[in-house]
Amino acid sequence: MNNITTERTSPPEEIHIIHKKKKSIPKMVLRAVLIVLLIVIAVAFLLPIVLTIANSFMSSSEISANYGKVFSGVSGTRTFIAEKVNLKFIPDKVSFSQYITVLFKSPDYLLKFWNSVILVAPIVVFQVVVALGASYCFARFQTKFRSIVFFAYIILMLMPYQVTLVPNYLVSDFLGLLDTRWAVILPGIFSPFAVFILTKFMRRIPSSMIEAAKLDGAGEWQIFTKVCVPVCRGIIWSVVVLIFMDYWNMVEQPLVLFKDRAEELSPLSVFLSKINTGDVGLAFAVATIYMVPALLLFMYSEEYLIDGIASQSGIKG
Amino acid sequence: MGAPTEKMETTSIHISTPITPKGRSSTTKRKNQNKQTAPTALQYTPELLQRRQKRRMRRERLSTLPFLLPSLIGVLVFFVLPFLVVIYYSVIDNPITKNFVLFENFTKLFNNAAFRLAVKNTLSFSLMAVPLAVILPLLLALILMGDIPGKSRFRTMFITPLMVPVASVVLIWQVVFHYNGVLNEVTALFGAAPIDWLKSEYGQIVLLVLFLWKNIGYNMILFMSALAAIPKDIIEVAMLEGAGPIRRFFSIKLRYLSSSIFFVALLSLINSFKVFREVYLLTGDYPYDTLYLLQHFMNNTFNSLDYQKLSAAAIIMSLVMIVIIGAMLIIDDKLGGELEE
Repeated sequence: MNNITTERTSPPEEIHIIHKKKKSIPKMVLRAVLIVLLIVIAVAFLLPIVLTIANSFMSSSEISANYGKVFSGVSGTRTFIAEKVNLKFIPDKVSFSQYITVLFKSPDYLLKFWNSVILVAPIVVFQVVVALGASYCFARFQTKFRSIVFFAYIILMLMPYQVTLVPNYLVSDFLGLLDTRWAVILPGIFSPFAVFILTKFMRRIPSSMIEAAKLDGAGEWQIFTKVCVPVCRGIIWSVVVLIFMDYWNMVEQPLVLFKDRAEELSPLSVFLSKINTGDVGLAFAVATIYMVPALLLFMYSEEYLIDGIASQSGIKG
Repeated sequence: MGAPTEKMETTSIHISTPITPKGRSSTTKRKNQNKQTAPTALQYTPELLQRRQKRRMRRERLSTLPFLLPSLIGVLVFFVLPFLVVIYYSVIDNPITKNFVLFENFTKLFNNAAFRLAVKNTLSFSLMAVPLAVILPLLLALILMGDIPGKSRFRTMFITPLMVPVASVVLIWQVVFHYNGVLNEVTALFGAAPIDWLKSEYGQIVLLVLFLWKNIGYNMILFMSALAAIPKDIIEVAMLEGAGPIRRFFSIKLRYLSSSIFFVALLSLINSFKVFREVYLLTGDYPYDTLYLLQHFMNNTFNSLDYQKLSAAAIIMSLVMIVIIGAMLIIDDKLGGELEE
């Protein structure tokens, strides 16, 4: 790709008005090339996801035949392993045997899945609740004190795990929370990410709306619950999705904060890496099951999610 | 305070120009205020009213502070206060004897071979990843903002990887990048010798692919919203004056995008530190040398519970981040100021 791609940046109407006569053959070729390029990228982007799902419907003998060369620990007594690795879309025979094993025969995976759920759910819910209050305070009046605190929140938000995990570890150690779920949940709840997005959004609520509520005799609590939160419904939804994804994916926190009881408490996101030395066929099914809540959430909230991402246009403001 | 009418007066007077009771001039008013401490209803002076207004505003402002309290307490307890302890730990020799050693922990850290390797790898990865994570999404956003059919479909497909847990697709990456994997089969068609990608000098390239796969969509959306916010009339004028698309991009759009570019770069930098997840899930605790990242170093140090090393590392990392954020804010401010002129 090169800079010619900028050709198409102007809004379509303008092109029609100004360039109608000039819609020459090279331009049409360029457009076709761009579309093909986009399709290629899109397919490449979706491929790993589709493959994971497709492979979860293969029987374990098919998996071991296909991937025996890659995963040494493929289970079963079957000895047939193909000469070459065989990455396939369509199973020879659609089989639900992996799912049946995961869901009914080996409770271990479901337990880890449950571990993920009970770590992530409270973080999502309470981070949003706590952040709504904080954002209301930051957005309602912008005093010097508040802008300084808000700026400190942003700096904190921008700190990588390599920085924040050390204080988290120390405080969990001090409070005796290490090796309990609280060690992950509590810092998660107070993580400033949601505050950042929600404050940016709330600052754009017209003050006339709040003044009107005040004239009707509403106190701060009522303004907050009856005006502010309902207006924020869309953005709250997108914040929920973003927080969910971040923590559904977590690896760093459980690795550091769970020590002796790591086996027992670790979420599926950490545990999945250990399956590939065991039963690969099951691993595909577990991976798919782990993906499902995220993909469902994405399908139901795509528009909100995009608005939410787009709303954080910069650090300031 | 007095009757309810008084309150109403306060607000109305504050908004409009001050009405002086009995039409007195402003100089007499001021004198009056100095003499009398408890004015009657007719002797409200603008200053007094303003003061009341201010007090009222302050009360109102204070009444929103409790909303911040839960969050503030949490942030203080779980991040700020322990970070002070981290600072303290970084300058003492150990938590028991507590001797003040100043920079000794830091010099020890810099002499630590594992730390140096981790810094080198993390730095080289971020230096590759951040520019690409800015340029590629920007190009995609520019293409998608043009007249392309099925825009929203493409947009959806580009952000789908964001929603997929890393752990779920790790298996496929293994099948692709393994020594006996798909990628080597493909390169073999061109006569290349097989490489164990994750255990080679190319390991970081593999990481780069995984990183971009996950992050391009997010950044693209940020750029798309920034592009949509550029005033249309400016671009129209430029078009009428005969500025070509490349000129339009570099002299107009880029200036409006500067803020977003900095933000995306910063986000990508932080996300580039999270690529540890992929490395850990693919290769475990002890990866090939080129993939040994800062988080690996931190994890190993957590295991040995060397608080001094951990604290010193965390502080260096936070200082580096603060310098980068500060530099970006300053440059961004300068560019933004130019735009407003």
